[in-house]
Amino acid sequence: MTMATDAPKDGFRLSMLVYDTRYRSYTIQIVVLVLFALAVAWLLNNTVQNLAARGKEFNFGFLWQRAGYDIGQQLIPYNNDDNHFRALLIGLLNTLVVAVLGCIFATILGVLIGVLRLSRNWLVSRLMTVYVEMFRNVPLLLWILLSYVILSEVTPQPRDFRVTDEMVAAGEEPAASMMLFDTIAVTNRGTNIPSALFERGLGTVDLGFVSLNLDFWVILAVIAGSIFVNRRIVHSARATQEATGVRPVTWWKSILILFAPVIAVIVAMGFHLEIPSLKGFNFQGGILVAHSFTALLIALTLYTAAFIAEIVRAGIQAISRGQSEAAFALGLRPNRTMNLIILPQALRVIIPPLISQYLNLTKNTSLGIAVSYLDLRGTLGGITLNQTGRELECMLLMMLIYLSISLMISAVMNMYNNSVQLKAR
Amino acid sequence: MKKSVFFGALAATTLVAGLAGAATLDDIKARGELLCGSNTGLTGFGAPDASGSWAGFDVDLCRAVAAAVLGDPNKVKFVPTTGETRFTALQSGEVDLLVRNSTWTSSRDSELALDFVAVNYYDGQGFMVKKDLGVSSAKELDGATVCIQTGTTTELNLADFFKQNNITYQPVTVADDSEAQRQYVAGACDAYTTDASGLAASRATLPDAENHIILPEIISKEPLGPVVRHGDSNWGDVVRWTYYALLIAEEKGVTSANVEEVLASTTDEEVKRLLGASGDMGAKFGLDNDAFKRSIAAVGNYGEIFSRNIGEGTTINLARGLNALWTQGGLQYAPPFR
Ligand SMILES: N[C@@H](CCC(=O)N[C@@H](CS)C(=O)NCC(=O)O)C(=O)O
Repeated sequence: MTMATDAPKDGFRLSMLVYDTRYRSYTIQIVVLVLFALAVAWLLNNTVQNLAARGKEFNFGFLWQRAGYDIGQQLIPYNNDDNHFRALLIGLLNTLVVAVLGCIFATILGVLIGVLRLSRNWLVSRLMTVYVEMFRNVPLLLWILLSYVILSEVTPQPRDFRVTDEMVAAGEEPAASMMLFDTIAVTNRGTNIPSALFERGLGTVDLGFVSLNLDFWVILAVIAGSIFVNRRIVHSARATQEATGVRPVTWWKSILILFAPVIAVIVAMGFHLEIPSLKGFNFQGGILVAHSFTALLIALTLYTAAFIAEIVRAGIQAISRGQSEAAFALGLRPNRTMNLIILPQALRVIIPPLISQYLNLTKNTSLGIAVSYLDLRGTLGGITLNQTGRELECMLLMMLIYLSISLMISAVMNMYNNSVQLKAR
Repeated sequence: MKKSVFFGALAATTLVAGLAGAATLDDIKARGELLCGSNTGLTGFGAPDASGSWAGFDVDLCRAVAAAVLGDPNKVKFVPTTGETRFTALQSGEVDLLVRNSTWTSSRDSELALDFVAVNYYDGQGFMVKKDLGVSSAKELDGATVCIQTGTTTELNLADFFKQNNITYQPVTVADDSEAQRQYVAGACDAYTTDASGLAASRATLPDAENHIILPEIISKEPLGPVVRHGDSNWGDVVRWTYYALLIAEEKGVTSANVEEVLASTTDEEVKRLLGASGDMGAKFGLDNDAFKRSIAAVGNYGEIFSRNIGEGTTINLARGLNALWTQGGLQYAPPFR
């Protein structure tokens, strides 16, 4: 090869840019790049000119104006006096919370179904096949609408929970009652669950932009600390086992270290539950999980789980049967075989397509608009866009945010992928 | 999906924006059809009837314009739009004219670069609740769940109203009237709020209308009217004066039934000009001289349109109120036709 492409001695001629294989690919790439840049420049120029012709300028100043609208579900405080940027944040958090929970639940369910689909039990594996085909082949939007309609049409109205004096006198029961020792109320608007309150809480720190709930972070820190200590215990137990052949008993230590500190902190802060109760039109107190959220989460989970199940099945089937036969021959029980032999290898096949599913799920959250879930699409790309008339700015910003979220998910998952890949030892 | 929305938006701004300054009137004549943005379906204002042809108070204005411009009230294509999509549809040239219970506000004039050419219905925002909720004033709605259409002025008024009265509510933000109705009927919201006229229209379509009441508070001004794109004044004038022609016709007692008769016998110079019997007023708009006569013949005068679609005696049963002619104590007033 090197011989054939050795440069001829008589120097460089322009025609070589086209005919000489050493230069041709550069020429093509440069031409394409220039054309692409021209196309982009043309689009941009056109946009700017036409915006100007319509008396619209391109600027993001509107983000700091008062939003003026209310949002049903807010993870951090917000009211209609806040600006559009804050509304955007609320939407973004709403997007993220469904996306994260959806990914977790879909993975759990997907792995379960994928494994069960390979079960030798005919009925179980057929049922799982039906599940996968059913969810894979019907559009996600329909599942979202279906879950929402079911949730909001079959559940009772808040007033059905009301007990009036006459009813007590007549010994009548209300049409609906709360569940789980009267702590949870499911109405046709949402699920009211108890919230944690701390009598001697540590309050919040205001960082201007967001305020941190200290109680929450302290508990989180304590849990993280406990987990860390527990890992040390397990680690040293393993070291002892490897040195002496006898594994010291650690389960009680683990349980103690994992639960005692958290419970102590919670009790010290005066933990109690705030139970929702019917006041006026709605249940007050506790946390309201709106059906739009629940429906979106359920539909995303069920739908994506079907795809994940297929990925998991493919991953497991990619491991040759010889491996499990060898494991059985060594006397490993089926579930140990799965955990120790098959899954670690299958993960290498599973993770790359799994990343795509996480990305899909995250982007699919934008369908929440169909059930009035105010996520990023509903706030920035919906109400803000509409009330300010800033279509281009809002769309670009929204794309940029979705892009960043996706890239972040990819980056994290790729890191994980690298950690489970075969390492040359 | 995001990409296609983006390129859609980009293409809309880059390519179609060129139309904004162009002569809409000529485009419509060349096309032979008026594209009119309407409701997705609000009985009385704009909805397809049993035979699938559109009917309603707002729809009739579109038909009047089509009759004036194209000589045929049926040469209209109605494009259903939601609160959220309507202005984009207008700006991108998907429709020539938007008549869809749209409130005239300063930011829609300035920021959205639209032109409201008239007010065909003076309205205000109200609340509808079920009778058995036991509420008689909007101020008693503390803690209630309220259904609200997104992309509307009413969404902002609602937030202001509750804040001013120091009460709270849980918003359920829906895309259109039918979804709001579904949620309201299913009891997923305690109250439904929108323009009072819209509430009356919604209520009329409920099977048990008598069990629902519209609360007395009117919490905003909602002057509803036809909208065109900013930058084509001639087209704006055509729509504006078609509307005024209908008002003047009512004032002068010209109806769809007697228009020919009046034309033959009238001695009123303004009526003559209006019906194209003298002067060349129609031609000055780029229309035929009898353009407005055709509008009146096709849909009747303002009063006829009102009573046929939403007036007393219809299921919607709205009183003229603010929408009576100025001569009868209302606000509807047309400048002189000369
Ligand atoms: N006037 C308000 C609200 C307009 C609006 O959305 N009106 C409702 C009810 S009056 C409507 O037309 N709904 C019918 C539909 O969704 O198609 C505005 O312009 O923002």
